[in-house]
Amino acid sequence: MEGAHDMGGVKWSGPVRPEPDEPVFHAEWERRAFAITMAMGMPGGWNIDMSRFAREDRPPEDYLGKSYYQIWLAGLERLMLERSLIAPNEIEAGKPLHPAKPVKRTLRPDDVAAVLHRGGPTEREAKAPALFAAGDRIRAKMIHPPTHTRLPRYVRGHVGVIERVLGCHVFPDSNATGAGENPQWLYTVTFDGRELWGDVSDPNLKVSVDAWEPYLERT
Amino acid sequence: MSDHDHHHGDHDHSELSETELRVRALETILTEKGYVEPAALDLLIETYETKVGPRNGARVVARAWTDPAFRARLLRDATPAIAEIGYAGRQGEHIVAIENTPQLHNMVVCTLCSCYPWPVLGLPPVWYKSAPYRSKAVKDPRGVLRDFGFELPEGTGIRVWDSTAEIRYLVLPMRPAGTDGWSEERLVELVTRDSMIGTGLPKQPREVA
Repeated sequence: MEGAHDMGGVKWSGPVRPEPDEPVFHAEWERRAFAITMAMGMPGGWNIDMSRFAREDRPPEDYLGKSYYQIWLAGLERLMLERSLIAPNEIEAGKPLHPAKPVKRTLRPDDVAAVLHRGGPTEREAKAPALFAAGDRIRAKMIHPPTHTRLPRYVRGHVGVIERVLGCHVFPDSNATGAGENPQWLYTVTFDGRELWGDVSDPNLKVSVDAWEPYLERT
Repeated sequence: MSDHDHHHGDHDHSELSETELRVRALETILTEKGYVEPAALDLLIETYETKVGPRNGARVVARAWTDPAFRARLLRDATPAIAEIGYAGRQGEHIVAIENTPQLHNMVVCTLCSCYPWPVLGLPPVWYKSAPYRSKAVKDPRGVLRDFGFELPEGTGIRVWDSTAEIRYLVLPMRPAGTDGWSEERLVELVTRDSMIGTGLPKQPREVA
């Protein structure tokens, strides 16, 4: 999907602005938005790729007009509305108007530490050998899927080198649509700055992305 | 502050923004429907405000600076090495540590969203998630470093790692000169969050004297 979230190399006015002694959250609502998003993953049953797509699949003016946690909130609302966990009129009313939908699990306070410590590893057993090996020259495919993808625009069509083979991992392009994990080999692919940006690039720049095998082709 | 300000400065009674009201509404709905438990929400917030933060990463770096065998394990396979110190899990399931050298400076970004190694650095700062950083880091990382107030020597290679999958990157900065004989505990004080992202350097010994 071509979204405003895919920002690599886009011309942007203004410097990066570090904030001295930055707090973890800048408002109470950010704390709560963070926490309800984290906690709803379990009863909601969606995966991280579905969450990312729900946040990113929106018009550029909407994505760019929202703060970070406003985007999280909008993504969470969409995921819950799609699954009828909540209804639009409930948000308007600020209270439940319909019975709760049965959910398999909820996040219990006693389980928080263990759930966070466990995380959600994405490496899976490989069903086929890796097509590429470290040192191989490859091209990032020129693809424009209308659905979720993690191949950034700025590397598409460019030639790079396989630097590391990272194992076989859940494929976001499938996982985000509900088509299953469809694990694929994952590689660190390194590009010369000049290959990506031409003469304006620092000659000593290299940039890598982590790319799944279906994103890559031999040159 | 006058008495008047004092009585009316309480946030609970000030006008709430649309976003604040929406979050409140959602939390109420989700709680009453039994999907979330407020005590679990409080624990999630407390975890990332008080327990999981860049202090964790600083301990990893200081250990690597003082223990060559640990450093070798960290650079070979960072996830189990970091788990030895007790840090693991959410948004750090697969960590790769990358080493700065006099010849090469590493910088980490997520151009697509905000991927960041939570177990060792906590939640990402606003600038890391901002459009200027996400757009500029992969094209003009030296310019980014200038925004952070330092100039990388010309000729030093620069390597940017765009976190596009579930691999999370931790930069192992160079140990500052003049710290021979320092204990691990003392070295922790030199390790800044930004030095582990690659947008800064560790503090110099005189800065913590």
